[in-house]
Amino acid sequence: MQTVDARGLSCPEPVLRTRNALRRLPSGEELEVLVDTVTSRENVLRMAQKEGCQVTVEETPEGFRLRIRKP
Amino acid sequence: MSERLTRFFASRWGIVLAGAAIGILAPLLQKAGNPPNMGICVACFERDIAGGLGLHRATAVQYLRPEIAAFVLGSTIAALLFREFKPRAGSAPLVRFILGVFAMIGALVFLGCPWRALLRLAGGDGNAILALAGLATGIAIGVWFLRQGYSLGRNHPVSPAAGWIMPALMVGLLLLLLFRPQFSEGGPIFFSTSGPGSLHAPVAISLGAGLVIGFLAQRTRFCTMGSIRDVILMGDTHLISGVGALLVVAFVVNLLLGQFHPGFAAQPVAHSNHLWNFLGMALAGLAFALAGGCPGRQLFLAGEGDGDAGIFVLGMIVGAGFAHNFALAGVPDKVVEGVLQVGGPGPYGQAAVILGLLVCVLLGFTMRERAA
Repeated sequence: MQTVDARGLSCPEPVLRTRNALRRLPSGEELEVLVDTVTSRENVLRMAQKEGCQVTVEETPEGFRLRIRKP
Repeated sequence: MSERLTRFFASRWGIVLAGAAIGILAPLLQKAGNPPNMGICVACFERDIAGGLGLHRATAVQYLRPEIAAFVLGSTIAALLFREFKPRAGSAPLVRFILGVFAMIGALVFLGCPWRALLRLAGGDGNAILALAGLATGIAIGVWFLRQGYSLGRNHPVSPAAGWIMPALMVGLLLLLLFRPQFSEGGPIFFSTSGPGSLHAPVAISLGAGLVIGFLAQRTRFCTMGSIRDVILMGDTHLISGVGALLVVAFVVNLLLGQFHPGFAAQPVAHSNHLWNFLGMALAGLAFALAGGCPGRQLFLAGEGDGDAGIFVLGMIVGAGFAHNFALAGVPDKVVEGVLQVGGPGPYGQAAVILGLLVCVLLGFTMRERAA
């Protein structure tokens, strides 16, 4: 599974990198995104849901892991 | 309960509420004594703080504005309550400092930050239209750089003391304001007796309003630059709905309070030099976009423990010192014997804006994340 490591990155890079990765991802495939702030989690989640993706979020020691499945 | 509140604040209604609250409080701060069309201005207020501390000696703009400290501390309170206080730093700090310096120079050429541009528009000042157009242009250039891979790199968790520096500095500023020490004959600490620096709401009101705004803005991630950036970058209207709420509500409150005076010429603490209103804010917009947040957002992030945002804020304060010491700031319109004299920046200010744009463009082209 492809991973986007967005930990420590300033807004809007987590969303931008995730969106770029999603664009390149084949339909039905899953992407993992690592973020380290609630703000980044909210922003990535909102963007992915707007793109029609299924998203699950789990906590990690450093922040959050979002698993995003492209429709 | 905490999770439900977090979800509410993250929603569109949450940010609309924050924008509406700012739209009510800012005109009220003006009514309570802040300068006209300047209920809140992060750039002007940081400039006034620079003046109060003696970093510049422009006597008309010296006052340790408590709103700035309150924004940071309101954000700190919110971050602590919701467990988002996260000391972090290390993302190209010197670059962020320079971006802060040039953001302030650009804003002072226009005589306002994006917050004040919105409030000026809500007060009838048509010059804000040019400023907002310039701001959007600068942000659009920043978006282009972001799309090309521009990055200031990652921050890293740091020890708690580092995250507490900005909140502690703000407490220090409040103490200086309240106790008014004089470190030498005449100052600092300086307090303007005339001009915009002498116009201020009572400290308690400024503090209260600032704490509420800092709290709401931290929870909702309110950001004037981000609002425009997200529309250009992704067609995302979440942030701009908060900004729109601010504008509409401030306009209505201004009408109710008799604070709406439409026009371009001789607006309060403003000039009608259209080109430099546009270019000054284009520089500011580009600098904010490259630094990842508007000046308000940088304060709220600093309150959460973000040292990189903190260094941007300090860059803005130092930039304000330079702006007035080196005659870079815009001069307001004047009416002399019935004749309008259009203000704006002098030659040094114009050169500084051009230099700033060149520096920001250079940074935009060259800053990329480096592999460790």
